[in-house]
Amino acid sequence: MISALINDLYAYWISVLLMMAGLYIVIDHSNLFKKLVGLNIFQTSVFIMFIAMGKVDGGTAPIIEKGYTVFSNPLPHVLILTAIVVSIATTSVGLALVVKINKHYQSVDEQEIEKIELQE
Amino acid sequence: MIVSAHLPVIQVIIPLIAAPVCSLLPKSRIAWIFTSLISVATFLVSIAITLQVNTIGLLSYNMGNWPAPWGISYYIDHLSALLLVLISAIACITLISSRALLEQEIPAHKRSLFYTAFLLCMTGLLGIVATGDAFNVFVFLEISSLSAYALIAMGRDRKALMAAYQYLIMGTIGATFILIGIGLLYMQTGTLNMLDLHQRISTIASFRSVHAAFAFFTVGIFLKLALFPLHQWLPNAYTYAPSAVSIFLAATATKVALYLLYRVFYTLFGFEFSFEVLHLSSILMPLSIIAVIVSSLVAIFQTDVKRMLAYSSLGQIAYMTLGISLQTQAGLIASIIHLFNHAFIKGALFMCLACLASSIKTTQCQGLAGVGRSHPWVCAAFVLGGLALIGIPPTSGFISKWYLVSAIFESSSWWLAIIVMFTSLLAVVYVWRVVEQMYFREPTSELVSLHATPRLLLAATWLMIFLTVYFGIDNRYPVSMASAAVESLL
Repeated sequence: MISALINDLYAYWISVLLMMAGLYIVIDHSNLFKKLVGLNIFQTSVFIMFIAMGKVDGGTAPIIEKGYTVFSNPLPHVLILTAIVVSIATTSVGLALVVKINKHYQSVDEQEIEKIELQE
Repeated sequence: MIVSAHLPVIQVIIPLIAAPVCSLLPKSRIAWIFTSLISVATFLVSIAITLQVNTIGLLSYNMGNWPAPWGISYYIDHLSALLLVLISAIACITLISSRALLEQEIPAHKRSLFYTAFLLCMTGLLGIVATGDAFNVFVFLEISSLSAYALIAMGRDRKALMAAYQYLIMGTIGATFILIGIGLLYMQTGTLNMLDLHQRISTIASFRSVHAAFAFFTVGIFLKLALFPLHQWLPNAYTYAPSAVSIFLAATATKVALYLLYRVFYTLFGFEFSFEVLHLSSILMPLSIIAVIVSSLVAIFQTDVKRMLAYSSLGQIAYMTLGISLQTQAGLIASIIHLFNHAFIKGALFMCLACLASSIKTTQCQGLAGVGRSHPWVCAAFVLGGLALIGIPPTSGFISKWYLVSAIFESSSWWLAIIVMFTSLLAVVYVWRVVEQMYFREPTSELVSLHATPRLLLAATWLMIFLTVYFGIDNRYPVSMASAAVESLL
């Protein structure tokens, strides 16, 4: 029963593992760049969840053709295309901010920046 | 083609198309005129929509003429119409009066990009309110958030960068949580249309994944709403953002998050599921109470007035969620009325600070010593705004408090009324601290070198104050809209 739980739902297990790993990196790391990497992993795990839910066992791409009757659901995949674009935009805004922070503080470490602000 | 049938989409698409055009405009003056015209057009469209909603009721619009559960539909009821008017009115007032502020705070070559980001932020906020599609909400949420991060990062202090970064991390986690919620619901129902979702959820309300979706939505929305303890991003973001951005975001961004809360918990999940099956109130009420008390106390000890107002915003948002947590019709009406009134009150107060910031270059409480003499109009506006924040008649703040307290008495939890009264007294304390500095302290010598207060900005400030007092005397518009909205929500 346990093996069935793992085999049938393994995409979701991976998604949850990645989600937790990403969220942990965001919370734990004080390096601003690594936080963004964590955020990316977190978002990607959600994409995997969406893609997994659209997959139908034995289903093909939704193109009507003789001999194929089972199709995967294309809608979650299309939604995730949009979400990937959003994620790229978020990452690029975040990276731009990190570059600017580095220029103004000469550091990308959250704790060091806090120290600099306290000294002011 | 009949234009009036397409108003729901025109509302959102005007600023969306204007944004890239604006980024191409070479001179900041032309960009300002262009953006102002666009915002006026958006405001007029929102008025036209309100008139339609008042006669027809629910407006629905199918994007590309695809019928409802398959295509993306826009639904506009009284609540959406109220929010559309609110967002576009405040955007309009802020943009028209912002020119002098931008000249001081934003370098010349970035001004047209500033207006572009502002228009995008407006698009996102209007889109969240207009759409009836769950995934569309996520997209618009990210459009408004991403442009808000960029706008906040344009603040002059380098701390603005860190504030924007922190907002980006928190905001993205919040939006992704909402996305997970949408995903789980789609997995169970196979639809993204909110009305369709509502019907299908009621048949599968006992499913674990629906409960998980509810939890993800709750956390995500609370993050966007800056409800205690998920509020850490807000004070810095409002404090270090450029003045015009503080005005706009303080008046609209958290209000739209609150709108999302109404939509998701009432329209999507339904009152019964949210409050009777899953007891949202038992978490919403304690958090609201803590938020009201803690943020009012923290506001008292702030040295920067802008930061003080940011903390006060956290408390005021908690009044709105407190209204929801009463689980009554009156509580919900009080919440919506306060949402509407507080937008103008906080907008006006942030505008007063923008006037002072552009004239005496400080918003520190100590730096405001004696400005009552040199800037009588600005300070008088601040006093009136402060009175509204406390809730003294004849301002709109009184109307909000009145509805809230009567809703509390109606649900016979009188101890909540004591908390509301007590926190109003705390508001007296923090407003008084500023007023005392303004009127009863000797001006410091630095105040001699004054810039004139930008006239357009001062006029806009008084327009907001006028609206605050006007809705305190004649509250028919927000009350009738809120009552009609509650009818359709419950």
